[in-house]
Amino acid sequence: MAILSKEEAKKIIDKVLAFSKADEMSVGLSGSRTGNIRYARNSVSTSGETTNLSLSVTAVFGKKSGTSTINEFDDASLEKTVRRAEEIAKLAPDNPEYVPMLGPQKYLEINSFSDSTAAITPDYRAQAAFDSIDPCAKKNLTAAGYLEDTTGFSALGNSKGLFGYNKATSIDFSITVRTADGKGSGYAARDYNDASKLSAKSATEVAMQKALASSEAKALEPGKYTVILEPTAGVDLLQNMMRSMDARSADEGRSFLGKKGGGTRLGEKLFDERVNIYSDPQNLEIPGSPFGGGGGGRFGGGGGDGMPQEKVVWVENGVVKNMYYSRYWAEKKGVKAIPAPSGFIFAGGTQTLAEMIKGTEKGILVTRLWYIRAVDPQTLLYTGLTRDGTFYIENGKIKYPVKNFRFNESPVIMLNNLEAMGKPMRASGNLIPPLKIRDFTFTSLSDAV
Amino acid sequence: MKRRDFMQMSGMGLGALMLPNVPVIGNSVPVEHLLDPWMDAPVKKILSEIALNAAKSKGATYTDVRIGRYLQQYVFTREKQVQNIQNAESYGIGIRVIANGTWGFAATSDVTADGIAKCAATAVAIAKANSKFQKEPVVLAEQKGVGDKTWKTPIKKNAFEIPIQEKIDLLMNVNGAAMANGAGFVTSNLFFVNEQKYFASSDGSFIDQDVHRIWPTFTVTAIDKAAGKFKTRDAISSPMGMGFEYLDGLASEKIAGPNGLVGYRNSYDMVEDAIVAAKQAKEKMTAKSVLAGKYDLVLDPNHLGLTIHESVGHPTELDRVLGYEANYAGTSFATLDKWQAKNFNYGSKLVNIVADKTQAHTLGAVGYDDEGVPCKEWNIIKDGILVNYQATRDQVSILGEKESHGCCYADNWNSVQFQRMPNISLKAGTEKRSVLDMIKGVDKGIYIIGRGSYSIDQQRYNFQFGGQVFYEIKNGQIAGMLEDVAYQSNTQEFWNSCSQLCDKDDYRTFGSFFDGKGQPSQVSAVSHGSATTRFDAVNVINTGRKI
Repeated sequence: MAILSKEEAKKIIDKVLAFSKADEMSVGLSGSRTGNIRYARNSVSTSGETTNLSLSVTAVFGKKSGTSTINEFDDASLEKTVRRAEEIAKLAPDNPEYVPMLGPQKYLEINSFSDSTAAITPDYRAQAAFDSIDPCAKKNLTAAGYLEDTTGFSALGNSKGLFGYNKATSIDFSITVRTADGKGSGYAARDYNDASKLSAKSATEVAMQKALASSEAKALEPGKYTVILEPTAGVDLLQNMMRSMDARSADEGRSFLGKKGGGTRLGEKLFDERVNIYSDPQNLEIPGSPFGGGGGGRFGGGGGDGMPQEKVVWVENGVVKNMYYSRYWAEKKGVKAIPAPSGFIFAGGTQTLAEMIKGTEKGILVTRLWYIRAVDPQTLLYTGLTRDGTFYIENGKIKYPVKNFRFNESPVIMLNNLEAMGKPMRASGNLIPPLKIRDFTFTSLSDAV
Repeated sequence: MKRRDFMQMSGMGLGALMLPNVPVIGNSVPVEHLLDPWMDAPVKKILSEIALNAAKSKGATYTDVRIGRYLQQYVFTREKQVQNIQNAESYGIGIRVIANGTWGFAATSDVTADGIAKCAATAVAIAKANSKFQKEPVVLAEQKGVGDKTWKTPIKKNAFEIPIQEKIDLLMNVNGAAMANGAGFVTSNLFFVNEQKYFASSDGSFIDQDVHRIWPTFTVTAIDKAAGKFKTRDAISSPMGMGFEYLDGLASEKIAGPNGLVGYRNSYDMVEDAIVAAKQAKEKMTAKSVLAGKYDLVLDPNHLGLTIHESVGHPTELDRVLGYEANYAGTSFATLDKWQAKNFNYGSKLVNIVADKTQAHTLGAVGYDDEGVPCKEWNIIKDGILVNYQATRDQVSILGEKESHGCCYADNWNSVQFQRMPNISLKAGTEKRSVLDMIKGVDKGIYIIGRGSYSIDQQRYNFQFGGQVFYEIKNGQIAGMLEDVAYQSNTQEFWNSCSQLCDKDDYRTFGSFFDGKGQPSQVSAVSHGSATTRFDAVNVINTGRKI
């Protein structure tokens, strides 16, 4: 049984803690069932399902810590794991940055579990693949897609009385549709906690439409253009920026948030005043985890050190309001520790994508960016390419598809060149609006379709 | 035998893996456990026969079995402290079958007779379920059973036998040397991997292999707080298919370059490189910002390896060419018609690119691949012409070949094996030429060393690469360091601009330790050899920005 209830999880954690002879001990317990189906060339290539239940014990003596993991849950195995963690800890070098464990915490109520996702069967996955392949095959298009669903829980407890439990589900679907002559390609990606929100068929229809519309692309000269980035296109650049908001790196002078002459740019206006970015674990569209920091992701690595996740404003009216602080760095700086969130919310406007296109005299609609890599961590300059449908807009209308571009751009510069924002949509566990940006830098053309 | 399940690692990029709290594949175990002997080959043979028989009885027409134990030790440090030491073990069995002409795969950590038989039945059931969607049955190239075989990476010092303290001392020396030479910060890491894998197939092969890999690396950061600037320089080591002897720093394996620079062949001096790195990171602070334009590039093997990987390695993977990776990594410009034409100029006549899984000390070297095919070497680009791809047993028939290339690999016992890149290397030049000789002939150029930023499109046409250090070449001489350099090109245009190669004395391998592919993503390790090589009139952009 990979998915334990709160009570079952607590019973095991308490039993483990009772075996402890260490100064401090923490226990992480997590389980999941993950299923997937992959298809290409209009045919299923692989599918599978794995279950996992794992216990991780960290023992601490002074400033030495050691971790041992196990997948067996009889008393003898649990005790053996505790002893192993203690042995490893005793032999470990001192960690000068060790911070004593947290006591009991209050966690927010978060609903990130959906029965419809938990009930997924291999037949559901096969049907989703069929719903995606069939319309493509009928129109002489080629589908390649991937669906993955996970149902899991994560619990943690420690010898100072901390206990937390969270149950979550997720489903991720992506589809690439290509024309038979290889001249058109379209993509769509959807992610939800609740599988009943996913329609593989309608996502596939979007990709089909983009594949057909992107055929016979014309070449435009590279240069600076006004662009509209769909949420699927903008999310990676923005996410990369948000992942760079670690306070320690900024204090150490090796981050885009480091300041000339020392110190950080906390409190400085770094972006257009319409930029507001926050995280909220209780947001209904992208429910997060009640605890985090170190684990990461929607299922975490056991919840890290158990820091509670709260609503945090990162950027307000273009001003940097908060950075991530590990417990060690927060203590050193005399501030409150803030864990990195699992997803962030970029507050947008109310316009639809169609309305944003309508309001554009000349510009380029970018539906997806690909192979994004950091070029300069100092300025957060990234390079990458457009992919799977790029279109020229003139006088409020999509005129024709254009060949893909390579870009070299920094999200910091991008968010200073903001023209308009649309209604946010969920993308990779975040809420991102379509963004209209002026002077977006395309540096070369690509022949790739 | 004890029943265990194991943690799975989801697809993870290199960046994430550099973090000290990275989860590893498998269970954390005490360090001494990594040296415990595992099952003997005869025991594994008995277990694999249970799987082969069970699958056959359920209707499989072909079965292969991989019983694997995967060990990892990762050490992470920064400045004067150890951040984390990960010791992990993962073992279990993966069973792949063909039933109704369709692949099926299942894996279990329950390595008992009962667990194995159940797993084999599941694999057959999955194959039969998926056969409903199958349009064309799998065609496997013939592979005669090789009987009982063993193969081991030819290591001199098993890295897992070296005491942890020795590894910590080495990294503390590295960090200390960097700090003493001007670094503001330094992180250093050691990665050791040992795959103990037993392969058996219904063809009659029973192959026991013991594969070792090592990767020492660091990042040095120089800081100028007053100017609000920082610059980094990564190690110019290479991940290798070697033991701890790679860290001996043998003088005989060093190659002297221009301006006192050193290249490392099959032995690496980590402390020496850290000293140079700290000095170079500082020098980068005041280096001249490049003027965008066309330059002749002189590319060091430690840099060129990644360009080979991205612009030749990936586009010649046959599964990409056929469309199996269309939804993730993408497809390829190197389509079958270009290969069939036998005259597609992938590069200039100097460009000879070979694929192999046999070269000593490389990450790709094994005796047999993960579907029991003996490893070999073959041409991918011959005298500039595209002549072949990288293929597995179920793909080579598409190329009209009868023998697999041996390119099948799975990153764990619980991952299904699929086509992965072998070593892809550029042959050294046949004329005698050193790096200094090459630089002498360049009027306006840039000499680039080390792996930097890299990005390429989904069909592998347009790419952009950075590096670790850049030197301006003016009138045949190195004129000083440059910064903000990246070059952009088109794969075919770039390889056709290849105008000169250094000779075999300069040949070295570069490696990628965590190359990602597939959904769910799997990693693999692969080497790319070359000598320093010149490319003419390549477009260089300036990446400097102000925020």
